[in-house]
Amino acid sequence: MDKVFYTLQNFMTHTESVTYLLVAATLVGMTLFWLFLGSGKNED
Amino acid sequence: MTEETIAENKSFFNLFNICAGIVVVIGLYITYLRFTGGLAAVTNLSDNNPWGIWISFDLLCGVALAAGGYVTSAAVYLFGMKKYHSAVRPAVLTGFLGYSLVVLALQYDVGRPWRLPYPLVVQQGTTSVLFEVGLCVAIYLTVLFVEFSPAALEWLGLKKARNLAVKLTILLTIFGVVLSTMHQSSLGSLFLIAPSKLHPLWYSPYIPIYFFVTSIIAGLSMVIFESTLSHRFFAYKMDETHLKEANGITLGFGKAAAYVLAGYFAIKVMGISAGNNWHYLKTGYGTWYLVELIGFVALPALLYAIGVREKNLILIKWTSVLAILGIILNRFNVCLVAFNWQLPSSERYFPHWMEIGISVFIVMIGLILYRFIATRMPILYAHPDYKDAH
Amino acid sequence: MSISRRKFLGWVGAAGLSATIGKSATASTHKHFTGYPGSFAVLHDTTLCVGCRSCETACNKVNDLPSPDKPFADLSVLEKKRRTTTKAFTVVNKYNDPERPKKPVFFKKQCNHCLEPACASVCFVRAFTKTKTGAVIYDSSVCVGCRYCMVACPFEIPTYEYDQVLTPRIRKCTMCYPRVSKGQLPGCVEVCPMEALTFGKRQDLINFAKQRIQKYPDRYVDHIYGEHEMGGTSWLYISGVPFKELGMREDLGVTPAPELTAGALSSVPMIVGLWPVLLTGLYAVSKRKEKIAQTEQENAVALALDKADASPQSIISEATESQTGEES
Ligand code: SF4
Ligand code: SF4
Ligand code: SF4
Repeated sequence: MDKVFYTLQNFMTHTESVTYLLVAATLVGMTLFWLFLGSGKNED
Repeated sequence: MTEETIAENKSFFNLFNICAGIVVVIGLYITYLRFTGGLAAVTNLSDNNPWGIWISFDLLCGVALAAGGYVTSAAVYLFGMKKYHSAVRPAVLTGFLGYSLVVLALQYDVGRPWRLPYPLVVQQGTTSVLFEVGLCVAIYLTVLFVEFSPAALEWLGLKKARNLAVKLTILLTIFGVVLSTMHQSSLGSLFLIAPSKLHPLWYSPYIPIYFFVTSIIAGLSMVIFESTLSHRFFAYKMDETHLKEANGITLGFGKAAAYVLAGYFAIKVMGISAGNNWHYLKTGYGTWYLVELIGFVALPALLYAIGVREKNLILIKWTSVLAILGIILNRFNVCLVAFNWQLPSSERYFPHWMEIGISVFIVMIGLILYRFIATRMPILYAHPDYKDAH
Repeated sequence: MSISRRKFLGWVGAAGLSATIGKSATASTHKHFTGYPGSFAVLHDTTLCVGCRSCETACNKVNDLPSPDKPFADLSVLEKKRRTTTKAFTVVNKYNDPERPKKPVFFKKQCNHCLEPACASVCFVRAFTKTKTGAVIYDSSVCVGCRYCMVACPFEIPTYEYDQVLTPRIRKCTMCYPRVSKGQLPGCVEVCPMEALTFGKRQDLINFAKQRIQKYPDRYVDHIYGEHEMGGTSWLYISGVPFKELGMREDLGVTPAPELTAGALSSVPMIVGLWPVLLTGLYAVSKRKEKIAQTEQENAVALALDKADASPQSIISEATESQTGEES
């Protein structure tokens, strides 16, 4: 990203906003991945 | 239950109803004043003291004391401590009510409550700790609602929906712990922005961790305290499992609380050392800090421990009250007593009686709702149709 | 409009603002932010201030504020320490110089327009913006009224309309953002009869202030307040007495406000990423223990059933008991 940030405040607003999106994706993604993990061939 | 205690209960509930009636009437009156005259009409808030007891008590204490929900469900569902199962529903109910009331209290405190969704939908101030708190509280309230819903659905006889909600238990519990870790600690982080206003003894880079750890203490102690009260007043509602497990819960939770308190004591002391704040201990604020640390952290840790060793349930129950008061004291200290310590006393804040009135009103609403729900829904007993499902 | 050299320091008029800003070749790195290049600031030389309150009057007019309880000409209000209010975005306070008791010192207080404003950092609807002119402005159309900005501001500046029912706003100095954008001076700077206030590019003003201090070392303490405080502010002060005598905190440090909470915020993704892993792990462990216990119990039952004479009931309960015993 080649946007220039002149203040820490603007920089953090940007990075934190992206972080929150990733956090939301993580919460959903981890859940789905766990389901994926557990739904393979049954051991017993 | 003997005739005598039933009669005693009756007269107590009559008294309770009268008190509740008075508090509600006064509360509604202050509500009217608040929403017709603005904050100035009912609070002592000022430009120097923008946060009063509606934040320190209703928000900070409210959220901490509602921590029983995530603590108990984590213990039972994630750590496999099945013997505490009967504590889950009351704790989740308290959590759900607690968070709802926090949100209710915020309607009074913020200037334009109808804009409370703005941080979510209009413009996101992602650098703000408050943004995170708001986000977590909103999501966690939903989680608690779903966690609580099986009780309501069983009561309403909606089997399918109930079974669906129960299926989500593990997922919701994990979500609950994740969200609680974040916002319980973030309530402490709120104050990180103001090192120049919060007394150095309370201002610490560890404050988020302190807030998180104390929420566990608060959660454990609240479960003990609450089960004491329910046994006193709702024992006739409890089923056999509930009555049988109760003592084990008090002992187990007391033990956990003692140990967490001990750890908390340790990190508090290390916090003083990390900030090299020893010399402040000699000042007036230092004395007050020691009162909090010795009287409301070390002492409950010790009393819990004695109670657990000697299987003294009465002692554990009373200690839970002390521990809860300690958490409340801590939140008041951070938010009010040690905050703005640089100001001359004439510019400091003391709550208006109407602010206290609203806080009492909101707690009362909580009690009324708890009684309404606990006497109707399967909270203190397992619903006969789903006995094995637990 | 004639702007005297002393009121407006520098060669570029405000109209040329957009031309100068953003042309700077030094793009900020990720680690160090120096603010908008060429943004403006005001320097308050307290040694020149006579406490006439003209600036307060001008501020009141420029911002359409309600008339004060006592007229601006009444200088008796200086006897009491005042802070900014919803009716006064700037206040002049009088302090005594301990070395020269006869000669009081006046200090003008208003929003310092921090380079990294605490108020902006904590607002969860981004109601505050640090603009490229240097002004920190507020947008009441999104404000929820949580008042966290007031808690956060280290200079105790933002004020709140507690008496408003439906439209309470935060109120504070705007560094005359609308006027400056039009090429005018801030109201207070324009009106000051003593030239105690100077408007200009922040860097120029710092250089200018340094020169003054060097030229008159007896007149000033060697400190430009606002150069580094809280990461720097767009209002700068020089004075003949230590700033703590003028009600200004000297212990604020140089950390920009957003940094104070950056660490706590950065723990969020870690919690979200790792907590579920840990918790699911614990769950799996407890689940497995339960399964083993169950198998053992079943084996015990099977064994018992083999023995024709044993009563299965009692053995089941025995097995269950031993299991609960293990758990506790
Ligand atoms: S002085 Fe206070 S209100 Fe003004 S910009 Fe700085 S933090 Fe914000
Ligand atoms: S009171 Fe308004 S401007 Fe201040 S932090 Fe809250 S929402 Fe932002
Ligand atoms: S107008 Fe100038 S001299 Fe008068 S009080 Fe304001 S800053 Fe001081």
